[in-house]
Amino acid sequence: MPAEPGHLTSAHTDHTHPKEHPHDHDHAHSTLGEMDLRVRALETLLTQKGYLDPAAVDRIIETYEVHVGPHNGAKVVARAWADPAFRDWLLKDATAAIASMDYTGRQGEHMVAVPNTPETHNMVVCTLCSCYPWPVLGLPPVWYKSAAYRSRAVIEPRAVLADFGVTLPPGQSIRVWDSTAEVRYLVLPERPAGTEGWTQEQLATLVTRDAMIGTGLALNPKEVA
Amino acid sequence: MNGVHDMGGLQGYGPVHIEANEPLFHGEWERRALGLTVAMGASGLWNIDLARSARESLPPLDYVQGPYYAIWTKALQKLLIERGLITEQELAQGQAITPTLAGVRVLQAAQVDAALAKGSPVDRPSTQAPRFAVGQRVRALNLNPQGHTRLPRYVRGHVGTVVLHHGSHVLPDQHVNKMLPPFDGTAEHLYTVVFDGTELWGPQAEAGHQISVDAWESYLEAFST
Repeated sequence: MPAEPGHLTSAHTDHTHPKEHPHDHDHAHSTLGEMDLRVRALETLLTQKGYLDPAAVDRIIETYEVHVGPHNGAKVVARAWADPAFRDWLLKDATAAIASMDYTGRQGEHMVAVPNTPETHNMVVCTLCSCYPWPVLGLPPVWYKSAAYRSRAVIEPRAVLADFGVTLPPGQSIRVWDSTAEVRYLVLPERPAGTEGWTQEQLATLVTRDAMIGTGLALNPKEVA
Repeated sequence: MNGVHDMGGLQGYGPVHIEANEPLFHGEWERRALGLTVAMGASGLWNIDLARSARESLPPLDYVQGPYYAIWTKALQKLLIERGLITEQELAQGQAITPTLAGVRVLQAAQVDAALAKGSPVDRPSTQAPRFAVGQRVRALNLNPQGHTRLPRYVRGHVGTVVLHHGSHVLPDQHVNKMLPPFDGTAEHLYTVVFDGTELWGPQAEAGHQISVDAWESYLEAFST
């Protein structure tokens, strides 16, 4: 679809004069329209100039929509719960242990797994941008990249957990990992009680994305029954 | 740079908005923005730190308003224009005017899977012995560089303990020194340093709270009481 350059320019002008849009809703609307045009113009231009294979863009999107997501991380966690030798390996060299399951690459080149225990709960943030372990969790949700989460996770993590409906036992300490380098952190949640004898496939159904970020806990068997 | 991106510990951004059943993308433009950003990154004409630096140095209001894929898109435009791949005029008109630069690597659809699975590891061999050891007390230096850095403001000047040594990783502060490849790949030892909540936040700290950052050697000095 061709870009609409006139609209791109005028939308941009509006954007710099928010007073012309007294209603937040209208402003958000025009920003989205502007971005739609801007991204289309950019893709068209890059393709025309021979810098971009649009099919590569399709494939990248498909990768994260279909193949790479928190279902990968859930399998890692379930295996760590079921297989003590794998758990040891994961805690000692998460990059290698996770790579052995074919979850490798972009935004997961250097992995560290941090285990929750009755004494300590772990939670991951990137205060400076949006660092997130893509090979095991996929793309981050909007809230992970939001100012509210990034600002508050390091100063009042228990209050942030309350936003997620999570209350830790009073005696459990909380450890926040700010991903400021290329190391990516995966929280290994505690294995729920009542799952003795479960297969790895069954266990994986208890492992939510938020449990692997540390803004949630693994589900109880009753929650998935 | 002491920019708006450095959000750790700021107050006033309100509760974390958690969208139930959040879609991976909010609109088609976000899908394309992700794909474009990743695909054009494969040109090798910038590195991850130059990309982050481009995002951080957007007009502060653009950064704070988001959405996050808009930040990515605006930064991508900036990176492309700075390097002469496209011009402002071409973007405004939505069509190519200037000739295509020769020798730009174009990621083909068939190369996507391998490129994503490989990623871009930043660990480098080092002949330097690490200056700090796990268990050692260190102080984060009070550094306020004009350019890109990954030492968040909220830990500067504070004392913590080294808990992990990750080997030697490319230093972001120097990785941005050159706009085009070959980049300055100077590497330094990288450590995870943990701080007590009370060290960072004083009497307002939540109980039983620790925060860690990943810090390069030149961000730290030995501390002894």
